[in-house]
Amino acid sequence: MLPHRKKRLQNILLLLGSSFIGIFLILSALNSQLDLFYSPSELNKNNLPKERIKLGGMVKKGSIKYEDTKILFVLTDFEEDLDIEFDGIPPDLFKEDSGAVMLGSFDGNGVFVAEEVFAKHDENYMPPELSK
Amino acid sequence: MSNKIINKFASAKTYIETCDKYFLFVFIPSIVLIIAGWSWGIFVAPPDAVQGDSYRIIYLHVPSSIYAQLIYWIMAAWSAIYLIWKVKLAAYLTKSAAFVGLLVTFLALFSGSIWGIPTWGTWWQWDARITSTLILFLMYLGLIALHDSFNNQNKADNLMSILTIVGCVNLPIIKKSVDWWSTLHQPASITLTDNPAIDSAMLYPLILCIVSFGFVLISMGVLVSKIIIFNREKNRNWVKNYG
Repeated sequence: MLPHRKKRLQNILLLLGSSFIGIFLILSALNSQLDLFYSPSELNKNNLPKERIKLGGMVKKGSIKYEDTKILFVLTDFEEDLDIEFDGIPPDLFKEDSGAVMLGSFDGNGVFVAEEVFAKHDENYMPPELSK
Repeated sequence: MSNKIINKFASAKTYIETCDKYFLFVFIPSIVLIIAGWSWGIFVAPPDAVQGDSYRIIYLHVPSSIYAQLIYWIMAAWSAIYLIWKVKLAAYLTKSAAFVGLLVTFLALFSGSIWGIPTWGTWWQWDARITSTLILFLMYLGLIALHDSFNNQNKADNLMSILTIVGCVNLPIIKKSVDWWSTLHQPASITLTDNPAIDSAMLYPLILCIVSFGFVLISMGVLVSKIIIFNREKNRNWVKNYG
């Protein structure tokens, strides 16, 4: 390789390397702030956040109950559980033992009142016959 | 390496001649394969146990998303070739690919949003995967706009190539976003290391769709590059005598 081309290649590698280091430092500083939601075990039960947050995890098996128009269920990350209350229509894929993400805030009694509930789909795709 | 070979491959004239000679060999399969792939995916493949028929949008979404990232890697390689060897053809191709990349990234975002409404219950969330893909879309747009904003074409080529290379940092972020952070978007169903998490009756048409998208996008890219090259070299004799 001619010297001036070698120099240009070095400049490109330098540019690429410094960009990657820069973005790595930014991302590691932001770290978990880039998460879309909190999982139940990330919250301190004695000092629940007052502001609106997003929570995510699995809907605990056998926990869904209906009370008037409200849906009550337990959200778990298999370490901590949280009681959720939602007055609305969840998406079709919202079901027990399946992932869900919700936006809302805690009432005074440690129950999370969801304003919106989203279903999380996992990476598994299979025909109906095989899922039984 | 002999400079003669490099010069031959670096010539826009040779590139256009080669494309003209072989275009139908890419274009005809692209039409056949995309029709076969989509028909297989839409009419033959079984519905999904959880999502029913709405999952079939993966036959558009997954190929679009794959090429949205792959095209950027290719552009970055061409940009490096342009910056090191000053091969103008590489800059022409980078600009052409940016248009194709813009289109597929739009398709990836759009098809994902359509799928999100019945599946997630929302068409948009600012999670790491969706946001980083939106950034990729804006990068393609920005690269095209940057290049168009200069009268001095050499300066435009240089800056576009440099920015393309800097923008590479976004690609690993898109890829790993679903593993590094909590997102609404699910992790990858097909990986190099594990067995696919998607049943083979659904996977095979998906693979065909991915292959057919390659042919379609190459055809598209060749057509765009012809416009760009004829425009850039319009004062050269070979263009005046073309066809």
